Formats: sequence, structure tokens, C-alpha cells
Amino acid sequence: MIGNAPFVVCMVLVLLGLWALLFRRNLIKVVIGIKIIENGVNLYLVATGYVRGGIVPIYTYAPPDAAMVLPTPQALTLTSIVIGLATTALMLAFVVVIHRHKKTLDGRKVTELSG
Amino acid sequence: MNLTAHAPILAVAVPLLGAFALPLWAKLHTSLRDLWLVLVAGVTGALTVLVAVQVYTVGIQVYTLGAAWPLDTLAPGGFPIRIILTVDALSAFLGLITVLVAVVGFSYAWRYLNEDEGKTLALTLGTLLWAGMLGMAFTGDLFNLFVFFEVTSIAACGLVGYRTWASRGPEAAFKTMVMYTVGGLFVLLAIALLYGEYGALNLAYLARQISGSVVDRIALGLLLGGLLMKAGAVPLHMWAPDAYGEAPAQAVILLVANTQISLYALFRVLFTLYGGVADPAIGWLVVSLGTLTLLVAALMAVVQMDLGRLVAFGAVSQIGYMLLGVGVGLTVIAARPAYGLVAIQGGIFHMLNDAVAIGLLFLAVGAVEKAAGNRNLANLGGLGHDLTWTTGFFLLGSLALAGIPPLNGFASKLMIYQSSFLLSPILSALAILASILLLAVFVKAFQGAFLGPRLRKAEPVPVSMLVAMGVLALGVLALGLFPELVVRHLVAPAADALWKGRDLYLQAVLGR
Repeated sequence: MIGNAPFVVCMVLVLLGLWALLFRRNLIKVVIGIKIIENGVNLYLVATGYVRGGIVPIYTYAPPDAAMVLPTPQALTLTSIVIGLATTALMLAFVVVIHRHKKTLDGRKVTELSG
Repeated sequence: MNLTAHAPILAVAVPLLGAFALPLWAKLHTSLRDLWLVLVAGVTGALTVLVAVQVYTVGIQVYTLGAAWPLDTLAPGGFPIRIILTVDALSAFLGLITVLVAVVGFSYAWRYLNEDEGKTLALTLGTLLWAGMLGMAFTGDLFNLFVFFEVTSIAACGLVGYRTWASRGPEAAFKTMVMYTVGGLFVLLAIALLYGEYGALNLAYLARQISGSVVDRIALGLLLGGLLMKAGAVPLHMWAPDAYGEAPAQAVILLVANTQISLYALFRVLFTLYGGVADPAIGWLVVSLGTLTLLVAALMAVVQMDLGRLVAFGAVSQIGYMLLGVGVGLTVIAARPAYGLVAIQGGIFHMLNDAVAIGLLFLAVGAVEKAAGNRNLANLGGLGHDLTWTTGFFLLGSLALAGIPPLNGFASKLMIYQSSFLLSPILSALAILASILLLAVFVKAFQGAFLGPRLRKAEPVPVSMLVAMGVLALGVLALGLFPELVVRHLVAPAADALWKGRDLYLQAVLGR
């Protein structure tokens, strides 16, 4: 059971992020909510690759017949972090532009579009 | 170097590099930029057509990145560890749609966009979006699906919101970006679940291993949610009318192609990845979402006063027809393959017809906005006196979209009506009702904007914009007059690839 604790924590993070996304009106907090979901997913990816007692997956440094953690999820997580950086930067840039036009960050007040 | 073998990766790499080199050429001179864009678009189009010809004549094309030879899909242990592109008939069909849309969009943009209003930005993001769409269509593993999903998300939202001097564009872009990013994270979580269970990312390998366990079902639900968010199906459609309404016209038709690529990814997941554990309940879910989409969007279109948003709701409702067609296919194909196949063909054929007809409408709306200065139906009227060609194109596009017989929308909608009638008559009645609603909406819009007395003199529409619309209008007519040709040679192989071709898809990668 305790072995599943990391996965439970990840899911709690994802749900927290979704809660922030749905019930927070401040646009910056919406972006923070998305980042929390993303971090939950990234943690989940890293956690799936963990092998009990595993070492860093570098063949040349590993002692013979040592267990290594899986390298693929780490590569995926790195890629996903970089993508997350780009999306966050873009979203925050839009928030800055919206604030420049409307002088507010309240999601209910900025909206001109509906339906 | 064997060009044919390397064509799939080059078709993705050329527009990717071309997009990032575009602003550098623009620094030197804008005509160099245009020349570069023509070159990049020409090479990418030729490569995609080359891949498509290979797929349609020879069979599924695979490309292994980083292997000694592109066809070495398996590592020595008999396990696909490398990044593999897998192009089958459906991927190639979608690739051809993106080529059509991108080439038409760029030639329209040449005179539509002003140099001092971020033309270089728009062209760069458009090329990047094209690269992402080709990548999503050609990729053979789940993680790259996610990567290209995000590439298209970022490029698409950039296109919606790059006009930062107005407040509506960035607002629509923020809304869209939130939806796309959450959808992308759902897809990533599903990929993580599948990786945790099977230790692989390759689509073909996973498709062979998948057992339909509880974790698989959760992953399928997350994939459905994420991809439907990006496709703009009701109830996850709220970004779509905003984005279509606020983006410049040449970008909107790329966004429409982008929603179709998400639908392609969805069909790939449903049929290829989960085809072995297919469940009619999932088919019914897709059918009901499709019916809901086409009905709700058509009803929402009735109340719109902005011409752009009106057409945008029409575009959302077309997504419903594609979901309905393929969903009916998924529900019945195991029991009755013959008419399940017709339903899938209808759904896939409707992708092409929708890209052509709705693209024509959006381009016509862009021309109206440029000529008359606004898009509000309350302030428009009598444009038919000055904009003869645009009026004709708008009328043609709206009739095609509403499914009036000699035009292309009818050909694919008839296939969808017929097959959904056999599943349940209520479904096809609702689909026909939505078409009639759309016809009423477009007649109202046409009458309001183009007929009546001339309110003020409209600016003439530049010739290159008219030519771009003319190409799509010819497509509307040709696809409507000769649907059998297109269905037999392009659509039927693509529909076969989803169901009968599943084993071929797996064999092409796994080799047995």
C-alpha cells in the first residue's frame, strides 16, 4: 500500500489543480492551477519509472547486474517540462495583454466573448 | 539518399525548420520571406503528396528515427524502442487535407494580411501549425502524439492571439490555451498510465498488448476527453467560436484542419489502439456526443449576430457529423461490417468536405470584413452589389455546408444519414434537423449581409484572395459532382485503414 503513495499524491495534485481551474476567477491562479496539474502528471511519470533500489541509468558507471530506474519516463518528463514552460509563458503573456487592456484579472469581468 | 524512404520525416522537418527561418528572411526583406514561404510550402506539399502516393500504391510507410535503415523498426530484442513514424491511408488522407488548407490559406494571406499588422508572425505560426499537424498525422507513437499536440496548441493559440493591440484576440487565445493545455495534460496522463502498465509508447506495440483492464479504460476516458477538448465537441466547445471568431481568416481554416487532426488522433486511438477490445458502449458515447454537438451548435448559430461567430458555430456542428459517422461505424462494425464501413467512410469523407466548404465560408467572411470594415449583421447589407464573386462563394459554401444536393456536403451527409438511420432513425432525423437549421441560419446571414439596398461602397477584394476562394469553390463543386471517384480512390482506403487495416498497421511496425 505504501508503495502506491506517490501515485496517490500525484492524483491529489491533479485534482487540486482542476479545482483551482474550475473555481478560481483570477487568471493568474488559473495558470497556477494548470501548472499544478502538470506537475502532478510529471511526478506520476517519474514515479512509474522508479525501480526499488535502482540506481541512475548510466551503463558505463553502473556496477554489473545492478538494477536501474527506467530512463524513458525521465526523458519524457524532461520533454514535458520544456513544453510546459512554453505553454505557461504563452498563457502568462496573454494574461499580461488582457490586463493591459482591461486593468483587471478577474475572469468574470474581462470577458467580452460569450456563448 | 533514398528520398522516398525519408519523405515522412522530411515532410514534418521541412515546415518546422522553414517556420523558424521565416522571420530571419523577413529581417532582410519581405519579398525574400514570401519567396522562402513559397519554397517551403512547395517542398512540404510535394513531400506529403509523395508519401501519400506511396501509401496509396505500395502500402503503409514506416520510418524509424535514429536507426541504421528507416525500416528497422525493431531493436535487437524484437521490441520497438525508437521513435517510429507510421503513415497509413488515413494519415496520408489527413496530410493531404492539411496541404490543401495550408496552400490555400497562405495564398489568401498574401494580400489579406497587412505588413504592419504582424504578417511575418502570422505566416511563421501558420507554418509551425502545419508542421505540428503533419507530425500528429504521421506519428506512430503516443508520446510524439502529445508533443505534436502541444506544438499545434501553441502555434494555434499564437495565431488566435497575436494581434495584441485588440483585446478580444488575446482573450479568446487565453481561453483556447487553457482548454488545449488541460486537454494535452489529460492525454499525457493517459500516456503515463499506459506506459506504467505496458512499459511501451509505440502505438502498434501497445495495440497488441492492450487487455481492456480498468487502467486501460481510465486511460481511454482521459484520451477521449483530451482529444475531444481539442476537437471542439460539445460540451467542450466553448473555446471554438471565440477562437474562430477572433483569429484572422487564413488562420481559421488552419484551426479547422487542426480540429480534424485531433479527430484523426481520436479515431486512431479508438480503432487502432483500442480496436482489439472494442466496446459498443464507447461507440454509443461517441454517437451521442456527435449528435449533441451537431444539434447544440446549430441551435447556437441561430442566435448569432456576428457573421464570424455564426459561421464558427456552423463549423462546430460539422465536427458533430464526423463524430456521428465514425461513432455509428464503431458501434456496428463488429456486427455488420458492410454498413459500419459506409458510416466510417461518410465521417471521413465529411472531413475533406468540411475543410473545403467551411474554409470557403471563413475566407468569404474574411473578405467581407476587409471590404466592409465590420462583420456585424446589424450593420451589413447590400454587399452583393460590389462583391459579386465573394457573394457567390459565400452562397456556394453555405449551401454545401447545409447539404444541398449537387454540392459536396450532401455527398458525405447522405452516407452519414443512411448509416445512422439503420442504427436508429432518431439519429438521422436529428442530423437532418440540424442541417435544416443550418440552412435557415445561412439564408438569414446571406440575406442580411449580401442582399438589400447598398448601404455604403465596399472596397474591392484583392485578386489573390478571390483565387484562393475560387480553388475551394471548385473543390466544393468537383467533390459534389464526382463523389464516387473520391470515395473509391481516397476515402475507402482511409476507412479500410481504420478497421480492416488494423492488422496491417501492427504488422508494418512489429513485422509479424
